[in-house]
Amino acid sequence: MLTLSHYLILGAILFMTGVAGIFINRKNLIIVLMSIELVLLAVSTNFIAFSHYLQTMAGQIFVFFILTVAAAESAIGLAILIVLFRSRKSIHVDDLDCLKG
Amino acid sequence: MIFPETRFALPDFQPACAEIFVLFMICLILMTSLFIKEKARGTLHFLAQAALIGAAALTCTASGAGTVKRAFSGMFVADMMADLLKLAIYLTISLTFFYSRAYVAGKLPRARGEYYALTLIATLGMMVVVSAGNFVTLYVGLELLSLPIYALVALERDSSRAAEAAMKYFVLGALASAFMLYGISMIYGATGTLDISAVAEGFSRNRGDRATAVFGLVFLVSGIAFKLGLAPFHMWVPDVYHGAPLSVALLISSAPKIAVFAFAVRVLINGLFPLSQDWRAMLLALVVLSMALGNLAAIAQTNFRRMLAYSSISHMGFMLLGLVSGVIDGNAKNMINAVSASMFYLLTYVLSSAGAFGVLVLLPDPDGDSGEISGLAGLGKRSPVLAATMMTLMFSMAGIPFFAGFFAKFSVLVAVVAAGSFWLAALAVFFSLVGAYYYLRIVKVMYFDPLPDGARNIETPFSMKVLVAANGLAVALLGIFPNALMFLCVKSLSFSVFA
Repeated sequence: MLTLSHYLILGAILFMTGVAGIFINRKNLIIVLMSIELVLLAVSTNFIAFSHYLQTMAGQIFVFFILTVAAAESAIGLAILIVLFRSRKSIHVDDLDCLKG
Repeated sequence: MIFPETRFALPDFQPACAEIFVLFMICLILMTSLFIKEKARGTLHFLAQAALIGAAALTCTASGAGTVKRAFSGMFVADMMADLLKLAIYLTISLTFFYSRAYVAGKLPRARGEYYALTLIATLGMMVVVSAGNFVTLYVGLELLSLPIYALVALERDSSRAAEAAMKYFVLGALASAFMLYGISMIYGATGTLDISAVAEGFSRNRGDRATAVFGLVFLVSGIAFKLGLAPFHMWVPDVYHGAPLSVALLISSAPKIAVFAFAVRVLINGLFPLSQDWRAMLLALVVLSMALGNLAAIAQTNFRRMLAYSSISHMGFMLLGLVSGVIDGNAKNMINAVSASMFYLLTYVLSSAGAFGVLVLLPDPDGDSGEISGLAGLGKRSPVLAATMMTLMFSMAGIPFFAGFFAKFSVLVAVVAAGSFWLAALAVFFSLVGAYYYLRIVKVMYFDPLPDGARNIETPFSMKVLVAANGLAVALLGIFPNALMFLCVKSLSFSVFA
């Protein structure tokens, strides 16, 4: 029997995988964009699990908004990636070193 | 599943009429920019200003003056705090448009329509955040604010510095939104509601889920800290202030801070006050770290834009001191004074920051855009008006008596002392003194460093001189006559969040 905590643990694992993908990954910016999607889907899993557990619709409706915004977000991310590629001829994370941060 | 409302009723659109008007104007500007002739491009600027003026008029007429109006089943709140902060946002964005008009025409000639449209979309996002009554509205507003700004940073397509800044900002910003959402999902799980004002009641119903909510709160607070640019979530701030086109750096450094402040007030005080002990401790750590790191790192900067970035980190830390000291032993006795001090601090800071970047935007080419501090040498001779304004702004940011920044710091410190944290007040004063060094260094460079060879006087249009001087004068006068703005801050908070 799958309980709420199973789904929450799944969400947490997905979330951690995504965050690790952003910070550990030193190669490719596309992987960073994929990790961002993964993190947002982990959050959506959480919302749906809670929504089912609490028997209220609000969480599931929130997921529609998250999905829509995630689509817009990746569109902008890819657009910035193209601008970056045109000026640097590279999408390696290590090449982002002009600004000291 | 529960369906609370099955009958359809047309919602009341009147409280949101300013937002609807801005949305309409954005569409109009986008369409106009497609069909307008190259020579008549200046109209876009007027349309954008008209959008802001119209929105201000609608906000004033729709304002319930002291009443709290809710629309769209509580998703949207129009109260006095929202009205005041929205007016401040219109003013800052309007200043941004005026200052960067020539810069945008020169630097981004192919993207003028996009510049105005995207900035107004971000403004719309700020308005939605300020009026959010539900976590859904809050999230959508925040993304509506962030997404256009990512695009704006990358607007200067030939600059590889701008593209890199945009990428860093985008990745960290998306991660911050995800953190915030994770926090919201936990709070939803603990309280069973997404309505911000109902969250507090959710705690009194089932106390068992407090641990879940505190777990979510950690993520939510780090999201807020990222959006405000507090240490240790500040990595994006210097890069974006340095890499973005100047007009966009001017935008980022001012108006969005107002929206995120409203976010923090609504969520932490309205919604999560039962957890005030917990968020107080978290914010306290962020505040101390930001004041220390911001002020110390700013000293080492040779670039004015990076210096302003670190100074903004320290100022945001100082500003949140008020929010932190509103809570004494879990009750809200000190809250109105403390939060209105924060609000006053924020509004004067935003005005000074917009002015400082405004002066930088008006400088001729290599000096303004690169933002090296050495480029400001001899500004006192090259352009007395710009230099005098910059001096006023630097004095105000340093907190020298009797400029606006002094009174703002003073009122926050009064709240801190009233909350009994003397060591915190001492620490804040110490770091302000450290900070005074790098602000005064700018004044020294402008007035006492020798003019570079071949430096010429700076030609600034008369209207811009008047505007810059007015901005500086406003900062000076707010320090001498702070009562009117302070009164507005106190009133707007006591009629809305603490009603």
